[in-house]
Parts: sequence; C-alpha cells; structure tokens
Amino acid sequence: MVPLPTPATNNAGSTGSGQGVTVTLSDLRRAYGPVLALDGLTLDIAPGEFVALLGPSGCGKTTALRVLAGLEDADSGRVEVGGKDITSVPTSARDMGMVFQAYSLFPHMTARQNVEFGLQLRRIPAARRHARAAEMLDLVGLSDEAERYAHQLSGGQQQRVALARALAIEPQVLLLDEPLSALDAKVRVQLRAEIRRIQLEVGTTTLFVTHDQEEALAVADRVGVMRAGNLEQLAAPQDLYSRPATAFVADFVGLTNRLPALVEGGRAQVLGTSVPLLPGSAQSGTATVLIRPESIAVTSDPAGRATVVTASFLGSTGLLHTVTESGETVVAQIDNDAVATFNPGDKVTLIPRPNPALAVAAE
Amino acid sequence: MKPRAARRRRQSIFRRVVLGVIGLFFALPIVGMVEFTTRAPGGGRTLDTWVTLFDFSVIDADYPELKTGILASAGLTVLTVVIMLFMLVPTMTWVRLRLPGLRRTVEFICLLPLTIPAIVLVVGLAPVYAWVAYFLGESSLWLAFAYVVLVLPYAYRALDAGLSAIDVKTLAEAARSLGAGWPRVMWRIILPNVRTAVLSAAFLSVALVLGEFTIASLFSRDNLQVAINLLGKRDSSLAIAAALAALILAFIVLFAMSFVGNSRRSHRPEES
Repeated sequence: MVPLPTPATNNAGSTGSGQGVTVTLSDLRRAYGPVLALDGLTLDIAPGEFVALLGPSGCGKTTALRVLAGLEDADSGRVEVGGKDITSVPTSARDMGMVFQAYSLFPHMTARQNVEFGLQLRRIPAARRHARAAEMLDLVGLSDEAERYAHQLSGGQQQRVALARALAIEPQVLLLDEPLSALDAKVRVQLRAEIRRIQLEVGTTTLFVTHDQEEALAVADRVGVMRAGNLEQLAAPQDLYSRPATAFVADFVGLTNRLPALVEGGRAQVLGTSVPLLPGSAQSGTATVLIRPESIAVTSDPAGRATVVTASFLGSTGLLHTVTESGETVVAQIDNDAVATFNPGDKVTLIPRPNPALAVAAE
Repeated sequence: MKPRAARRRRQSIFRRVVLGVIGLFFALPIVGMVEFTTRAPGGGRTLDTWVTLFDFSVIDADYPELKTGILASAGLTVLTVVIMLFMLVPTMTWVRLRLPGLRRTVEFICLLPLTIPAIVLVVGLAPVYAWVAYFLGESSLWLAFAYVVLVLPYAYRALDAGLSAIDVKTLAEAARSLGAGWPRVMWRIILPNVRTAVLSAAFLSVALVLGEFTIASLFSRDNLQVAINLLGKRDSSLAIAAALAALILAFIVLFAMSFVGNSRRSHRPEES
C-alpha cells in the first residue's frame, strides 16, 4: 500500500511504512502547581517496540503519554520521534494514533465514518478511504458493524473501532491510554490479546499506559514502572518480575514477601535458608529480602515453625497465608489442588527456593 | 383492585382539570384577540384586518412603521442569534477544555442578566449606546448587542446542557490526535454533537427578541413590539392582529424546539 500523507502542517516526518520509528523522551519535567507529575523522565523506545508504562495513580504515566501526544506541554525536556524534535509540534501535526480511556468515538458518525475521519483530513480520495476503513474494521473484526453509530456498539466494540481509527492513518506512534479500563474482565483479556496481535501485524511503535500490571506484563515487549514522575525500572516483563531493581518495583509488580534476613557475600539467610541476591542488593548486615510467593516451598510439618492462617483457592493456583514464630506474615503459592489439604492452624515448614532475590536495607 | 382503579380515575380527572385550567389561562387572551381582530364595523365577523396584515403592499404604503418594525426585528433576530452563537459556543467549549476552573464564573456572568431589570440595563447601557450611535449610526440593529446580554441566561442554559451531554475534552483530543486543527474540531466534531442545544439556544433567542419592547422603546429604536405599540394608537385591530401573529410565530418556534434533534434510539448490545 502507498503510504498515507501526514497532515499538511506536519513537520515531524513520517515513515508511513508501518515499520515504526524510535521515540525518545529526554529529561521531561511537568508540574501542576506544587505537584511534580514528571520529574526528569527519560525513555527510549525502539522502532516497532511495544512499551507499557505501569504505575500507581498520580505517578505521571498518563502525563508522559499526553506530552508525547502533544496534548500537554512539558515544562522542560525534549520529545523526539524518528530522530526529529517534535517538542513544539502541535498535536494535530504529530501523526500519532491514540486510543483513550474514555469512549471517544464521534457520536454523530458511524464506525466507518469514524475510521475515515483522519483519512479525510489527509485528503485521501474517497475510494481509497473506504477501502482503508474496510481494511481496518476487518482487522479489528468489526466489518459487520461499519454502519453502526457509537451508541449502537458495546464498550469493547467502541474501543476496537477507536483502535481501527487510530491505525487507519498509519501513525508513526500508537498511543494507548488505559483503553481497556472501562471494560469488563473477560473483554479486557480478549481485547488486550487483539491489541498485541494487531500491533505485531502493523509494527507500529506503541506506548501503552495502564495501572493493571497483568495487562502490561501480558502485552508489552518492555514494561516501565513509574513512580513520582520517573522510571524506577524499564525491562522485559520476565526481568521486571523476577529481577526487580528496587523494592518499589518488587512491591508493585506481583506479590512480595518482605522478610528479615542477614546478608553477607551476596547471599541472604532467610527463614533458615541461604538464597542468592540480585545485583543492587544490600551488601551486608541485616536487611529486608523481597521474595515472591512462588519462591517459597511449603510442606506440612507438625514441627514446622509457621502456622497456616488461611488457604485461598484462586483457580489455576492457590495462596497460603502463614505467620512465622517470629510474627512475620509469609504468603506462599501452592498448587490449586493442595489448597484443601491445609487448614487454619496447621503447622508448616517454609523453605525459600534458590531463586535470586532483592535485599534492601532493613527498615 | 377497586380502590386502585378509583384512585387512577381521580388522578386522571385531576390531570384533565389542571390541563384545562392552564389551557384556558393561555387560550382566553388569544381567543379574545382573535375575537377583537375579526369584529366587523357594523357587527358580525370579518377577516379584513388579517388580510390587511398579510398584504405587504398595503402594509408598505399605509403602515410604514409596522414594516420598519418587522424588518428591524427580523434583522435583530438574525444578528442576535449570530453574535450569541459566535460568542458563546467557542467560549463555553474553550472553558470546558482549557479553563474548567472558570466555569462557575462564566455561568454566573451569563445568568446575571436574569436578575437585572430591563430598565436598569437601559440606564447602564445608555452611555455605551451614545458611543455606539456615534461610531455606527442610529440603526435599530445595534440593539442586538443589548439583546445578546438579554438572551445570555437562556442561551447559556441550553448550550450548557448540550455540552454536558458529550465528553467535549475527549472528543476534541481524539480529533486533534487524528490531525484536526481547532476550527475543524469545532465545526466537524463539537457543533454536530451540540446541534440540538445550538438550535434550542437560537429558538429561545428568537422568541425573546421578537417579544422585546422595553429596551427598544426606552432607547427610542424601532422593533416589532414598538411598532405594534405605535400602531395601537392608530389602528388597534391591526395592532392586535400583528401582536397575535408574533405570538403565534413565537409559539411555533418554541414548539419546533421539541421536535428538533430527537435523540436517536439507544441500543447498546451486550459485550461479546
């Protein structure tokens, strides 16, 4: 297909190839009164990469995305797309497709007209416009709903059309601002898989903002965990989960036990067992070790030093909440069919598996 | 079942009585006006007055003040609606998008004219209009500036309801991200979605301008109501017929509002 032209005023340049471009945010700062939403945020996204920004409310992830989209101005810093500085380029000329958290289809237009809107602005001839809209609606599985208005579509369908609309213009960058948060759980899982499939198909560089860690870990090439306006860690989902760089990341992504330990020589003594430590851990002395529930093995043992508080069935797995003799609460992951074998008050032995863990200075 | 049926019957009778009383309240003066304008000089009924009213050559020749008033009111209506819409729609949209903190202030300013009697408005506007007359001439059309102030509360309410019904910020941002500049956002996205509100605001303004007398009279300007008042001293039957025609026109305009932009029937399918 012949690449689509960008808006007339665009000076950001466009590949229009669907192969993606690099995105670089450099030292971005943005304050709302006394609140610092972005505090020197720096982020590099490779061409065609899918990066998710994850973090608690108010950490600045949406502000970062809006600054990249041009919907917010940064107080300082640079935004570069495809190697060109677009910091002062208006939103309408940035050539980015965006899907919003709120339903954003134009209510007076059908699904097809919504998808064609960006193409009309680019003065694409009607025949090519119709073909492109049909192609995009087919891509998101809504060919049969092309002539429906937004109020005749379900929430999931509306977000699919919004995605088709954003992709129809062959944007340099695709921006997804919590597009699944208004949908129910089942549709979210379906749609996030579709988003990933489509992104891989079109190859557009994508920035995805979410507060749902499962969503971020499931779809992104790399996940950035944000805190107080800056990135705590940017890594592949597997690395982020198993090798958290900071206590905040370990706490925020997945469940974590915080256990007292004695640290020496790159190893920690936890619950009577020696475990290796991740780089960046505390070097010696007393520390707090962060261990995942699945890194703790549990065995029934009448002489055990921990007591079962509750055993929870979670479908594919189970969680055992225990308390040690010294009063620490320890959560361990167990097989779902083992849940019924544990009762509150049972004595158990907890043994950390030899997976590398992060140790931070004792609080 | 019987007490419930009796209660329904009582409620139905009460509704009809209330509607009947209200209907009479509105209908009696109109019936009186119709009766007065169809009186024949020697007794009996005639439509001569109404024929005269709609015979523009006669009006032009014999009742120039009425013709001037009709033309002035028509011009004032158009000008008031245009100024009001050009001023209010972008302002209210911008406040919602960029200055939400100012929303209450803008609302207060727009509703303020409700609390100011027309005579006070005239006293306040008199020095301003001295300058308006100095720079722009004595045309009655410049009354539109004062009328915009007068229609502000009603137009604001209508437009505010329309803008509240849509997510202005998200729609504008979505359009901008697709490449639309601000004029296109307003014309292609915001206006079509507040069309009903814009028409309501326009119709309310038309009704208000067509019925306005005090300001025009106190500023010694011509409009339909001033012309009817003058005409009443010469030909009371024709004056009443003109007043009734203006009233019916305003009724039709307000009645049309309820049929404009009927919302589409909503059907949201289940998630699948």
